[in-house]
Order: sequence, then structure tokens, then C-alpha cells
Amino acid sequence: MSSTTNNAGRLDAAAPAIELIGISKAFGSVQANKDISMVVAKGAIHGIVGENGAGKSTLMSILYGFYKADSGSVKIDGVLTQINDSHDAIAAGIGMVHQHFMLVDNFTVLENVVLGAEDGALLGPSLRKARKELKRLADEYELDVDPDALVEDISVGFQQRVEILKALYRQAEILILDEPTGVLTPDEADHLFRILRNLKAQGKTIVIITHKLREIMDVTDSVSVMRRGEMTKTIATSTTSPEDLAEAMVGRRVLLEVNKKPAEVGETVMQIKGLSVTDVHGVQRLKNVSFELKRGEILGIAGVAGNGQSELLEVISGIGAATSGEVLLHGEAIDISPKANAGMRRQRGIGHVPEDRHQRGLVMPFMTWENTAFGYHNEPEYCGKFGLANQKFMKQDAREKMERFDIRPPIPQLVASHFSGGNQQKIVLAREIERNPDVLLIGQPTRGVDIGAIEFIHQQIVNLRDSGKAILLVSVELDEIQALSDRILVMFDGVIQGERLPEDTNEGELGLLMAGVDPETKS
Amino acid sequence: MNKNLPKWVDLGLIPVLTLLLAFAVSGLVVLSIGQDPIEVVKVMLNGAFNPYGIGHTLYFTTNFIFTGLAVAVAFHAKLFNIGGEGQAGIAGVGVALVMLSYDWPHWSIALLVGTIAAMAFGAAWAAIPAYLQAKRGSHIVITTIMFNLIGSALIGYLVVGPMQGEGSQPQSERFPSSASLPDFHEIFGWFGLEFAKHAPANISFFIALIAAVLVWILIWKTRLGYEMRAFGHSEKAAVYAGISPLKITMIAMLVSGALSGLMAVNTVQGDAERLLLGSVEGAGFIGIAVALMGRSHPVGVLLAAFLFGILTQGGAELQFELGIPAQMITVIQALIIMFTGSLENLVRIPMERLFIRAGKGATS
Repeated sequence: MSSTTNNAGRLDAAAPAIELIGISKAFGSVQANKDISMVVAKGAIHGIVGENGAGKSTLMSILYGFYKADSGSVKIDGVLTQINDSHDAIAAGIGMVHQHFMLVDNFTVLENVVLGAEDGALLGPSLRKARKELKRLADEYELDVDPDALVEDISVGFQQRVEILKALYRQAEILILDEPTGVLTPDEADHLFRILRNLKAQGKTIVIITHKLREIMDVTDSVSVMRRGEMTKTIATSTTSPEDLAEAMVGRRVLLEVNKKPAEVGETVMQIKGLSVTDVHGVQRLKNVSFELKRGEILGIAGVAGNGQSELLEVISGIGAATSGEVLLHGEAIDISPKANAGMRRQRGIGHVPEDRHQRGLVMPFMTWENTAFGYHNEPEYCGKFGLANQKFMKQDAREKMERFDIRPPIPQLVASHFSGGNQQKIVLAREIERNPDVLLIGQPTRGVDIGAIEFIHQQIVNLRDSGKAILLVSVELDEIQALSDRILVMFDGVIQGERLPEDTNEGELGLLMAGVDPETKS
Repeated sequence: MNKNLPKWVDLGLIPVLTLLLAFAVSGLVVLSIGQDPIEVVKVMLNGAFNPYGIGHTLYFTTNFIFTGLAVAVAFHAKLFNIGGEGQAGIAGVGVALVMLSYDWPHWSIALLVGTIAAMAFGAAWAAIPAYLQAKRGSHIVITTIMFNLIGSALIGYLVVGPMQGEGSQPQSERFPSSASLPDFHEIFGWFGLEFAKHAPANISFFIALIAAVLVWILIWKTRLGYEMRAFGHSEKAAVYAGISPLKITMIAMLVSGALSGLMAVNTVQGDAERLLLGSVEGAGFIGIAVALMGRSHPVGVLLAAFLFGILTQGGAELQFELGIPAQMITVIQALIIMFTGSLENLVRIPMERLFIRAGKGATS
């Protein structure tokens, strides 16, 4: 044990579980971490919040040995520790649960836990040992998972438990979780937090990276805020508020609530009747879905990712085809057969902000002026003679859109991948909203978008509603659905599980619906 | 392309350094067979640039421009057309069929008709793999390879069967002299300039330059090119934008096949003036290297095609002058392809580090 005279951390602890001292890391010309010092007390749950690109994941990746810091050092339990790769991290008692699980889908839970930690050439003894250990861990921490189930057959919530079990099996004393609740229902998230509290009670140290301030308030003891590669604040959770944290993250006061007046709902614009979709594997993704969408309203579709929302958006936007059912626009049926395409929808006045802006909404290596016309590039104003594009107009158009949507930096020649998530999303929104569609389909409008931009994006959506447009909003963020929607549909397993008005419901009820439970009968 | 590097480093310095590295390693290979690398370079350059040699160099360059552009165009739509060999070969059949069918009033008409025939036959030979990929999901790399083999077998059959000319040689009848295209000697003569006689370089070279300009316009200035590039970067995004994958796959491959096919104007009509066995001589494959090295940009393709033209002609001279086997020149070509294609990071990563350090020095 070295006695350290370092006083970089503001929290008091004799031999802290983790001590980061002056960590700096640059990628090319981007300074991802700037002289970061952080102390996490033993047996604490510590949160790290910050916008996308603030450097949270980089910092944790350095701690876990994925990246090598340019300068600075790491102490684990007060001992200076060199972590060059994940083996070193595991040896130092650090376990990590990644945002995207690192599991082999066609292995059993048991095999996944043992993978990489086998004791010898023969699997039998390791598996027997692991089976006993899993049982113990399950009893101790409410971490029960069927050890013989295939990973592909269990839900995301259970898969996450497998990741935690993997870390504990490797005797992790420190557990890092990167955005752990992104894919969980509120119920599953609650269970996760119970597990974390149990772990804490047994003296484990936990670091959670998240952008959900409510979770920070619920579960952590202390919290660090990162902004632009720097650690701006470390504070005991009990002495702060979500508003303060948001301000520290963004650097200015942020409106966490959406400012909107009551909806002035008009006539029905779109009717969805008995829509069903069966995918190529023969799995029914959408089961007899029906609803109506009216002028001047935001209809929110809540649900855990993968319950049919994506397929619904794909059919309405013309990307995918329906197996059966009807979609009526202004009372007129639109083509939902495989012969339809997204271009036809745009001509009918249906705009679409897709869920995946990296793969769908934008062409990442394209310059902004190429992206702001994308999908509408055959409209007369973008056309030159002889099949040429009117590039002069496209650039001018991009410049104007960038100004109106405050897209920074406002350079039409910059390629999409060089913008932050929030500005990328604004490019998509600017393109779709400025077309003035009758119906706008919006999927995950603020996924991977920084808080400052969320405020702006939400306001744009509300403004579009107020101008009498019909908006279908799909989001896995329940907060967002509740804040924006005038009416909420909850989807589960391809079915509309229930319809609620935001003022008559609460998160608990919606959470049950999202998990496929009917709150009235609790079955 | 890379935000950390100035454009001139990214597009100029790095390729040149990579190339020098490839030459350095080639030099070692030459040393290992007991030859003097300096002497080899002298012989190669002399062979490629002497008044007669340049006519061959530019002839080969013309071939590589066509096949390089073909690969580049397909590549923008993320289609890997390695069927240039077959498409150029079958285009040769098309050129031979029309040239043999008529006595042309003037070479310019013969050139026009030959160009159309070459493009049509090349495109047709690419159309089937394109359709199979777009509609049936058969991978275009596999099908274009198969079509190279089918094409080669078909030509083999034609030149000893239905299209065989007089005599026992596996070749067609010679085209009527009215189909003969002006070579560089003749073209330079129009302007009162000298050019060696009987060199194979002909007017097709200028068609290749025009093709390069048209490809540049297609890819970067037209809406079709925009759709092709969008599709090439992300098929999902293309579908989102209402761009038909079937349409783009077909058009990109038809254009690519037509460009490969144009090579037959140079070889079959411009040089051999008859349909021969194996007239493509691997140019279809060299086109892949040319497109890779030229970063699928027409200017890059022109430069890379010229380099490979020099290597091909200079290499032939090596064999003649120094008795170095032809395989050795293939080794050098392979080294260049390897360095520019897959080992580029050898140069790129140190350059990036250097420039980041320099950049920091400048700002701090």
C-alpha cells in the first residue's frame, strides 16, 4: 500500500477502490480526456454522466485496458496499477458490462460465463465449478438465470445478468456498467438496481455510465460530470439535483421539461387497419395493429426496442412491406406491398426521421449539402439539365437549413460523420421538417443526442404539431414519450398492448404494459 | 478522406511514398536474382519511353484506363466487378462481328459503330451477373469470375469454329481496311508532328480520356452518380431514400461492363484488326489494381493506368534486354498492388502521427 499525498479527488476515502490521477488521452487532434482525476470509494455506487462525446466511455475504456492513456496513472485499492489490456483489468478485479453485450448467442449461459476463464483443456471441471458458483451468486444477489438456457433464447434483461455473472465469476470487485438500462424495461431496470444494491452491500464497487439523470439520482452515492473531455464536477448525489447535473453537463441551464400548449387535434389523417408483418424468418413482428393518427397531435409509441415499432415505421415509410392490413392516408389506401418504395411516400407527404441515422437517415461520408437533399434529390428544384444535380442550389439550400436549425459548424461541405450526434440528427430533422410533410414519422429522435440538442429537437417536433401536422413518434425513452405525446400507445410483442393519455397514466403503468402485463388484471 | 491530414498529403505524398517503398522492395528482389536494380530501372524507363516504346506504353495505358474506370464505377456502388476480363473479351466478339459485316465508308464511322458494339457487348456480359446479384443474391464476385471463364471458352470456340478465318490459326478473318483506326503516327501527322510508325497506340487513347471525364461527371455531378454513391456507402440509406437497389446495381454494372468493353476498340479494332484468342491478356485484372491505386477517382485511374502501362512495356523490354523472366515483372506489379492496396497503413499511420505532432506544435 502506498500512502498517497494526492488530493485530486474531492471525496474522502482512506484507500479508495479506484483512483485515477491526471488521465489524458487524445485521438488524433481530439482530446477525449483532459487531465482527469477521480476517486471512487470502496463499496460505493458511482455515476458518471456527460453528453455523447464527453469522454465517459474513453475514460472507462482506459480503466479497463482497451485504450492506453497518454499520461496519468491508475490506482486500484491504493496500489499503482498498470492496466495494458483486459486481462490486466480482470486480474486487478475490474469487470465491465458493455453497452452492447459481448456474448456468444448460440452458447448456453454457463458456457458464456466460463468462456475465456476455463481452468484447463477439458471443459467438464470448469463447467461443474461454474455451475456451483452461479448458484451461489444467484442466491446471494438475485442474479438467477437458467445456466443451461441458450443466450439467444433469453431476454435482454437476462443477458445483462449473464454479463454481470461473467464479471463476478472472474472475481471482480469493481464493476463498470456502460449505459446499462438502455435496452431494459422500467421493471428490468428496477431489478438491475436491486442487484447493484446487493452487490454494494457485499462491498463491491460499482461505476455506472449513463445519460439518464433520474437513474443517477435513484441509485448512486456519488456522481462525476464530464464535459468535453474534462471532469467538471464530482459531488455526493444527495447534495445535487437533476437540473444541476444537466447544467454541469451542458454548461448552461437546460429545460428538462418540454414546453407545450394543449394539442388542437383535427381530423384523422392516417388510419392503420389490421397491419401485420411477418419477417423472412417467418416470425410475426407486427400482429393486427390498428390505430388512427390525427392532425395536430403527437402520437407516441412506447415499448422496449424490438417489439414491432421498427417494422411499423418501415411499413408506413415504404421501406418494408406488410403481409396484410391497410394504411389509409386522407382516406385513400397507400401501397404497402413489396412494390412500394420510400420515394412514393415522400410524394404523398409522409416524411420520415428514421431510428438509425447512421445507416439510414444520413449517408455518413456525404457532405451536408448532399445529405440535406437526400431522398428528395429528384425533386425539380434539385435537378439540373441532362440528369445533372443542381449543386449550386443544393449548397445554398443546405446553408439555409443549417442556419435555421442551428447546425454547427454551419459548413455545408463538412461530411456528416464529422458532426456530433445532435447536429447529425438536426440535419435529418431539417431535411424532413422543411419539406412540410402532412405526416412525420419520427423514430428515436434523441438517441445519442446531447441534452442541449434534445431541448431544441423536442421544440421543433412540438412546433410542427402546432402547425397542424400529424406526428407519429416512436421512442424507447419513456420520459421522452411522456413529455412529448398527446396520446400514448404501448407496443409489446407486435401488439398494441394499451392506449393511454399521458395525463391519466404513470410510468409504473406504462412499464407494466411495456412488459406485456395488463395493469388491470396484472396477468 | 482523412480529417487529420492535408489533402496533398493524403492524395499525393502518401501514394508516392508507398510507391517508392514498393520500388525499394522490388529493388531487393531484383538484387536477389543477381541483377543491378539501377540498370533494370534504366532499361525499363528506356523501354517504356523511347520513341517506339511510348507507343506501346500508351497502348497498354489505354487498356488499363478502360478497365480501371470500369472497376472504379462499379466500386462506387460497392460492386466488385472483377469480370472486366470477360466483358472486354466478349466486347471483342461484338466488335469483330460488326467490323466483318460491312465495308465501312470511313474510319470514323467504323470507330463509332465499333465503340457502340464494344459497349453493348461488354454491358450485356455484365448484365447477367448484375441481375443475378440484384434479384437472386448470387455474389457478383463469384458470378463475374464464372463469366470470365465462360467468355474465354466462348471466344475459344468462336475463333476455331464459326468465326475462324482462312488458315488454321485460331483467329477471325482480318477486318476490312476501311475499319482500320488511325494510329498515333497518323494522328500526329495531321498536326505535322512525328510519331514512330507501327506502334499500337491509336485513337482509342483519346476515347479513354473522354471516358475518364464522363465518368467523373457521372459520379460527382449527376443525380444517378449521387444515387450510386449513396447506395455504395449504405444500402439501407439508399432504400430509405427511395433508391432502388435493383436499378442501381443494374446501371452501375452496365456502365462498368460497357467501359471494360471499350477496351476491345483499342485491342481488337485498333491493334489486331481481327478477333484473337486471349486478346485481353489480363488487363481486366490489372484494372482492379488500377482502380484501387487510383482510389476509384478518374484522375487517379489515369495516373495508375499510366504507371501500369510503363511497367508492362518496360517489363517486356527487361525480358528482351536483360533476359529477366516476365514473371519478375509480375512480381513487381504484385508488390505495387500489395503496397498500395493493403500495406498503405505502413506509410499512412506514421504520416498521421507526424502531422498530428506538427499540428500540435503549430497550435501550441
